[in-house]
This record gives sequence, C-alpha cells and structure tokens, in this order.
Amino acid sequence: MGRVVTVTSGKGGVGKTTATANLAAALAALGHKVVAVDADIGLRNLDVVLGLENRIVFDVVDAIEGRCRVRQALIRDKRLPELFLLPASQTRDKDAVEPQQMVEICNQMREEFDYILVDSPAGIEGGFRVALAPADQVLIVTTPEVSAVRDADRVIGLVDAAEKGPAQLIINRVRPDMIRKGDMLGPEDVVEILAVNLIGMVPEDEAVVVSTNRGVPLVMDGGHAAGRAFNNIALRISGREVTMTDIQQDDGLVARFLRFVRQG
Amino acid sequence: MGFFSRIFGRGEPSSRDVAKDRLQLVLVHDRIRIPPSQMAAMKDELLAVVSRYFDVDSDGVAITFTQSSRMNRLVAEVPVFGNPRHSADR
Repeated sequence: MGRVVTVTSGKGGVGKTTATANLAAALAALGHKVVAVDADIGLRNLDVVLGLENRIVFDVVDAIEGRCRVRQALIRDKRLPELFLLPASQTRDKDAVEPQQMVEICNQMREEFDYILVDSPAGIEGGFRVALAPADQVLIVTTPEVSAVRDADRVIGLVDAAEKGPAQLIINRVRPDMIRKGDMLGPEDVVEILAVNLIGMVPEDEAVVVSTNRGVPLVMDGGHAAGRAFNNIALRISGREVTMTDIQQDDGLVARFLRFVRQG
Repeated sequence: MGFFSRIFGRGEPSSRDVAKDRLQLVLVHDRIRIPPSQMAAMKDELLAVVSRYFDVDSDGVAITFTQSSRMNRLVAEVPVFGNPRHSADR
C-alpha cells in the first residue's frame, strides 16, 4: 500500500512545487513507483517544473468528476519510468475538489504506487485542507525568513489539529555565508522556534532556477548542492538513515556549518 | 554584525538574533490567540482573587507566556506582602 506525503508551507513562494518535483523524481530514481499530484487547482505549476506540460490531456478534476479514469489522467515521465504526474486543472478553481474526493482518488492510487506526493496550494483555506485530507505524512517547506517561519508555525498547528502530525520541516534556500555573518536564521534557530522535526535543509542554489527553466528536476541532473539535499530528504522519506550533521567532529564552526547545510 | 562581536557581546545584536527574538515573541501570541482585552480582563480577575488572601503590589504584577516545545505556559508573577487577615486577627 502506497503512502501519501503532502508537501505544504502556508506562505507561497518558498519552494513547495520545486520540493515536490525533486522529491518525487528522487524517490522514483531510487526505484520507487511515484505519482506527484498537483493539488493547486487553478494554478497548475507542477507540470512545468517537471517539464511535462506538453503532454497533459486530462487532469485531476476530470478524474474526480468521472470524465476519464485516473489512469488516463496520469502522465508517465519518459526520463524516469517510475515517475508519474497527476496534473491540476487550470480552468477550474480550488473549490472544484472536496477533501473526501481527494482522499478517494489517493486511495485508488495507493494500490499501484509506493509514494503519492501531493503538492498543496499556499494558504490555510480550502485548497490546503483538500491536500491535507489524504496525508499519511506532512512535509512543511519554509525558508529562514520571519514571514515564512511564522506561516509555517500556523500550518504546523493546523496539521496537529487535523491529527496529521507531527509534521516534518524542510528548510529551503539556506545560505551558510549569511548565517555565519549573523544575517540569517540558522537551521537550529528555526527548529528551536518551531519545535518540530527537521527532515532536511536545502541550500540556496542558482541551479534551481536553471532546472526550472529547462523543466528538468535537479535530482535528474546530478552534481548540484540543492539536488543532493533533495536526494537526502528522499532517502529519509523512504526510511533510510542519512546523517544530518556530525556535531562530534570538532573542526571549527565554519566547516561544521558548511557540512551541516551541504548534507541537508 | 560579525561573528566575533556576537560572541563577545559587543555592539548591536545581529539581525539573526533580532529575527529569532521577534519570531519567538510573535509566535507566543499567534499560538495562544487571546485578544489583549481578554488578557487584561484575566489579569484583573487573577489579581482580585490573590488580593483576597494577600496584600498585593499591583504595580509589580507581570503576566507572561513562555513555551517549551509547542506547549504554552502562563506565568504570573505577583509580589505579595503577607496575609492581611492573619495580621488583623492578632
């Protein structure tokens, strides 16, 4: 039986869709059968980040409303045969899907897939609740900025209240140089403030912009710091132990921070 | 603000430390979600109860929230001078 992992954030623009695309691709590259579900109805984007926008025929709303079978709405990624996309509808709005319908469609896909990654819309309204409803595991993406951390805190509370917790945190766009200078919240600050488990950190990386331009997830490209970080998170999702940081080694704060973030 | 000046506590705090302090304060209020008017009413009621048993320095009263993990804790500091009835009985 597959597991539903919902990726959400509260604040928009912190990298939810990038995280979903890369985690889905990384899990597929590890040999798991994965479907990435775009639950941001009306603001479809997971398709372009994955580079699959030209192959959409049906979408998640078509499947829910019975205009096609779920299987017909799924797009197989030719680069990673174990990776599929269930795209959002671009013409409908986020009230087009009820939480129970999302639960049912995810339950159908559990039979066939190991992981069902749901990309939630920003915010804490209906669309977020639809994306949360089927979740077995919730990942919250934030950046080390006060506004993003504050919104993440609100979402962590809502996830707990919905008995979907404990949520796990991804800190995105980390800049070790700024942290060292005392100009950015460090991962340990964010974890202390939010009192939540960290599942990974992703360094700020220009390669993310390039990969989105091309529609090739970073983890398919290899060699980039952010891609390695997403790979490590995928390994942790699949239950493998990947060291986050080694505080035993005493070779100076700078080296430790760099390693802390690179291993993210 | 450099690393060393932070360690040795010179000059202004770094923007990192400021961000952390501000976030911790704002989240305490986000999490408890009690409007200031209700907070003031609770303080008055608490004070009224304590005043029945003690002489209270009402200017020194401090009611704050702290948190460990995601649990909130109400901390009320009320300076007292002793039991007024007890002394009256004598």
